Amino acid sequence: MTTVIIDYGSGNLRSAAKAFERAAREHGGGDIAVTADPDAVRAAERIVLPGVGAFADCRAGLMALGGMWAALEEAVITRGRPFLGICVGMQLMATRGLEHGTHDGFGWIPGDVVALTPAPGRPVPHMGWNELTLRTPVHPVLAGVETGAHAYFVHSYVFRAADPADVLAESDYGGPVAAVIGRDNLVGTQFHPEKSQETGLRFIANFLSWTP
Amino acid sequence: MLKARIIPCLDVKDGRVVKGINFLDLRDAGDPVEQARLYDQQGADELCFLDITASHENRDTIVDVVARTAEQCFMPLTVGGGVRTLEDIRKLLLAGADKVSVNTAAVSDPDFVRRAAEKFGSQCIVVAIDAKLNPGSAAGRNWQFEVFTHGGRNATGIDAVAWAQRMAEYGAGEILLTSMDRDGTKQGFDIDLTRAIADAVTIPVIASGGVGTLDHLVAGVREGHATAVLAASIFHFGEFSIAQAKAHMKQAGVPVRD
Repeated sequence: MTTVIIDYGSGNLRSAAKAFERAAREHGGGDIAVTADPDAVRAAERIVLPGVGAFADCRAGLMALGGMWAALEEAVITRGRPFLGICVGMQLMATRGLEHGTHDGFGWIPGDVVALTPAPGRPVPHMGWNELTLRTPVHPVLAGVETGAHAYFVHSYVFRAADPADVLAESDYGGPVAAVIGRDNLVGTQFHPEKSQETGLRFIANFLSWTP
Repeated sequence: MLKARIIPCLDVKDGRVVKGINFLDLRDAGDPVEQARLYDQQGADELCFLDITASHENRDTIVDVVARTAEQCFMPLTVGGGVRTLEDIRKLLLAGADKVSVNTAAVSDPDFVRRAAEKFGSQCIVVAIDAKLNPGSAAGRNWQFEVFTHGGRNATGIDAVAWAQRMAEYGAGEILLTSMDRDGTKQGFDIDLTRAIADAVTIPVIASGGVGTLDHLVAGVREGHATAVLAASIFHFGEFSIAQAKAHMKQAGVPVRD
């Protein structure tokens, strides 16, 4: 019953780990481990891929961990283990990322990651608390979270899913922003659940008990 | 819809709060973690620690404070004050800070901001700008606001608007703008300054310096075009709670997170 948070040099994982530990403690969700070891990912029951910074940097960081990409494919796609990507970790599931050039993503959820365009009164990054609009029927990882709940976002690029059915919740920032995407055993949040106070902890607890 | 953020700021010296909430129900009012937890409960949208520790040897005290805060508060945390090197930033981020603000180091070496943004990502690099209206030295210049360092003591001869644009171009993810003319006066934000900067850049601007009433918070967003407002004393001394500030802003038509 171990959930691993993959550490590939992309920013601070301490607060993410603490949030998962808290949710696991309060709602029951097994052990939380932060790891850079592909074997630990293969053995894990659930997998969390965080990510901050640029798409290509995160991709390169992951590739630099020998065997991690293959271990992820094996655990998530072949064996169907529940997977959560956060922020750039979510964006990496796309077909392509169009940040500083064009880069391949995992290709698990068809779509492109494209730039947000700033406008007067709408700076970029999209930074702060925004409301979620949930698609119905509500996905199990969003149980107990209501439309209108706030989540904390910091990003300059957005996931444009090819199939609208893969968008589980949206926010509005000069147009729809995919806030939560998912299909099969995969989910991803553009917002930071580990920074989103009660809403975020609820989401994390749901993920830890989700059986896709 | 994205909401305007209210950000309380705590001054921390040698690991202890020197300017913070003065409430009787705190077990240890000098403990930054205790204060952070209170603001978390009150619904603050983010929290800011400004480290004013003078001696370099005690700089690690803030790292410990950040680490202990991150264990208990699941809200965004910005830490600034005395950040000089990439290693300083790395330590704070690893301890659990979400964003690090850079001030003097950016003025002494603007490229530092570019390197920091490249290494850690723009989302965690805040450039703090302390500015003053500077009519005296503005002769022959076509600009109004000057960047200062060292708590408003040292003039730099740099145009604040151009500086903000340059920092955004170098990869700053956000600007924390403090009017040194207004800081501590309770007369309200310098709206002209705030708007001049907010309209000149496409990254978020946090207004700071001078809040004395809840109307000032409204003005910072509505007239100053800031996307976030930072205040210290009105919250610390219990004049207003975060909830009161939000209710007031909401009533005035500024979208806030309830």
